[in-house]
Amino acid sequence: MSRENILHRIRTALGRSAGQAVAEPPAARILVPEVDMETRIASMRTRIEALAGKTFRAASQEEARSIVAAELEGKTAVASNAPYLAECGIGELAGVRCGITDREELREVCAAADVGITSADYALADTGTLVILASPAEARLVSLLPPAHIAVVPRERILTGLDELFAVVPHPAEATSSMVLITGPSRTADIEQFLVRGVHGPGAISVVIVG
Amino acid sequence: MVDQLFPKVGIAMAEVLERVGYSIDFPENQTCCGQPAFNSGYRAEARTVARHFLDTFEGCERIVAPSGSCTAMVTHHFAELFEKEPETLARVHALEKRVWEFATFLTDVAGVEDVGARFPQVVTFHDGCHALRELGIRAAPRRLLANVRGLELREMLPAEECCGFGGTFAVKFAELSGAMARTKIEAILQTGAGTVVSLDPSCLMQIQGALSRAGSPVRTMHLAEVLASR
Amino acid sequence: MSVEFDQKIHDTLADANLQLAIYGSTARLKQGRIDRVGELPDYQELRTQANAIKKHTIENLDYYLEEFERNVEARGGKVVYCKDATEVADFVLGLAKEKDAHLIVKSKSMTTEEVDLNERLEHHGLESVETDLGEYILQLAHEKPYHIVAPALHKTRYDVADIFTERLHVARETVIEKQTAIARAVLREKFLAADIGISGANFLVADSGAVAIIENEGNARLTTSAPKVHITVAGIEKVIPRAQDLATFLKLLARSATGQLLSVYASFLAGPRRAGEVDGPDEFYVVLLDNGRTKLLPDRAKRQSLYCIRCGACLNTCPVYRKIGGHSFPWVYSGPIGAILTPQFMGVAHEPALPFASSLCGACGEVCPVKIDIPKILLELRSDVRKSEAREKQNRLEKLAFRGFAWLVTHPALYEMAGRIAASMAPSEDGGWISRVPPLMNLPPVKAWLSQRDLPPPPRKSFRELWRQR
Repeated sequence: MSRENILHRIRTALGRSAGQAVAEPPAARILVPEVDMETRIASMRTRIEALAGKTFRAASQEEARSIVAAELEGKTAVASNAPYLAECGIGELAGVRCGITDREELREVCAAADVGITSADYALADTGTLVILASPAEARLVSLLPPAHIAVVPRERILTGLDELFAVVPHPAEATSSMVLITGPSRTADIEQFLVRGVHGPGAISVVIVG
Repeated sequence: MVDQLFPKVGIAMAEVLERVGYSIDFPENQTCCGQPAFNSGYRAEARTVARHFLDTFEGCERIVAPSGSCTAMVTHHFAELFEKEPETLARVHALEKRVWEFATFLTDVAGVEDVGARFPQVVTFHDGCHALRELGIRAAPRRLLANVRGLELREMLPAEECCGFGGTFAVKFAELSGAMARTKIEAILQTGAGTVVSLDPSCLMQIQGALSRAGSPVRTMHLAEVLASR
Repeated sequence: MSVEFDQKIHDTLADANLQLAIYGSTARLKQGRIDRVGELPDYQELRTQANAIKKHTIENLDYYLEEFERNVEARGGKVVYCKDATEVADFVLGLAKEKDAHLIVKSKSMTTEEVDLNERLEHHGLESVETDLGEYILQLAHEKPYHIVAPALHKTRYDVADIFTERLHVARETVIEKQTAIARAVLREKFLAADIGISGANFLVADSGAVAIIENEGNARLTTSAPKVHITVAGIEKVIPRAQDLATFLKLLARSATGQLLSVYASFLAGPRRAGEVDGPDEFYVVLLDNGRTKLLPDRAKRQSLYCIRCGACLNTCPVYRKIGGHSFPWVYSGPIGAILTPQFMGVAHEPALPFASSLCGACGEVCPVKIDIPKILLELRSDVRKSEAREKQNRLEKLAFRGFAWLVTHPALYEMAGRIAASMAPSEDGGWISRVPPLMNLPPVKAWLSQRDLPPPPRKSFRELWRQR
């Protein structure tokens, strides 16, 4: 189709020939700072709370479970299949559906649930960001369809920021079809620059940091 | 523009430079740097004028201009005009280094921040776009004003917004240019200053024109005129 | 300038409410950017890096497009090159027919606005729904976006109430949170029922075969995750070499655009869902659009225009955009970036006055995260307009006037004489500034000047006269 045409136009304009090699691109700018874990946790919490999210610190997985139970207070929830959530016993809480592997079923459950519960593969301290890679353990819609999202994250997964993320995961495409960075609740200011939360994604976010 | 419309600015600049210890020469052949033609897209005509400028000023040791936009035209755009004429380009590069905007000349070349001026008024400073963004001038005029006895400087908010002159833009897009000028004078009036100071006569013409039309007693002055005041 | 351009500018300037809306919204975005980049100690280094990456990529565009294509296909996706709007529409329509698709959801994409995709799809009986709140409102109102990042900047809550009542047949609602809830409910159903999701892309990542999409609402995530088919439509210039380069671009984009540290969601999507993944699309297509972008490649200076990451910072800081707004511009891209893209895509004759609708203040170039020298390109385009006019023998009077000017100022004695004559003709008042001049002097430029502000009184003696007397 137009492929050859367009590539040819590009090459002609640039004075390049087909298959011509390229010089090295400028080196990627990845500067990972040294930040101790307590500072990272504090930063994570400050950032999320500044975006009207909630954060909790759990000393143990049991405590994490109690916090989630309290947050759920009688609401219906869908949990991802993350092994970490299983370790924390989240799936055993009342009102929580988990272990779903069928796409249609997952969509129905997510569309009806009040809360979606996930873990996270990483978190970024300097921006208060959760990083979730789609996998058999983490489905996309769990952190997206329900109006509230709770994430339970062990502290070891908290990185300093974007630079460290791309240092640790330089080729996300090798691992997953979807890596999403979540920074706070869904929001818009499209009407009169007036801030509204929970437009399409969850309007309420809670992060439980364990350890 | 100074020659025909604001001669006092030129006289004031000469006085200040003499006070600081320089002897002044005014090459009579000078007329224009060619910016209006260049900005209007007429590069051939701009080159004609630029060549005249080169001829006029080539022999001079140091050239000081009471205008950020004229200075930027010479130091930033002459080279663009003569990209394809290596001989003229060489002359341009030689000249570029010897052209300065007035305030910068005082602070960076003469090394002077106090010229013994006295102007006991509340003033606000307008950063003209060429001086600010092309020449990077922000601190020099403020340091000079800080040493003017009796002068109180109040910064306007928002700062660093274009007055709307833009050369032929002012007449081609008159209504728009006027709207920009009115926004600028609102910011000026908010400061409560009685005088607006700037480095560029074109900005001063636009701003004073708008102030006058609005019936405001606030007046504009070139930095040179303030520094010449005793 | 065209009558249309002139009229649109005038109408926008005359609309006091619109002036407040535009100025106020952009003020918030402008200040947000200033605050957030002020917090980045290495902001200038990041800009330099971003510029260097874009420069390298654009200069080797064919190489990176082919690398991108290989990697998309390695992950089970498909790349389609389209030269223009018709080819994009044909591809989507063809695929829709193959899948027996009827409902399409779309996330925000200026590229799809460029090719009028919705109109073309609707013409063929498909329902294509915008899901970004601002774009959704505009779709209902049949309007084009007003701003690259904040499309409904010009609409008040009362405008939105009118639009919803009329188009959605709901009870009139003026509370913004409730308006948002109405849209959310309508669009949720669409997301879950849609056959195809079409998105744009902020970046096409060559080493990964991935598309990166930045957003705040979550509609792009839903568009790209709920339907079984995902199509990305992106300009060929969106490609960057490596996933790691996102560390640079993501830091700059949200800060420059809205004053956020990061947008709420950044999705990195590489192909259809993998084996074992519970959800995600089964099919993944990337449409690479030319539509004139290749025309910008030959000129070294002008090809910088393709570095744009569509942050909108130049719009928010431009004193001209902040007065005339997005709809005064002749094409979908407005503001300073629109002023340089439009003549290059459409030809300078499309709106010859457009490159001149700027005071060349340079604020745009100063805030551009990828360091596009917008003022320089505007100056080049002005020169192009004059060359085109010379060829077409248009605007000869102005050309003559500037020739005359150049002649006069290279003859100093005559210049001085002309100055004295003009001064003697001007009304001599008490030294006050002049509001009107005699008819003989009321030439168009003088008249235009005086329509907005006063003129300085000509001095009794010019500088050179005073100087001679010293």
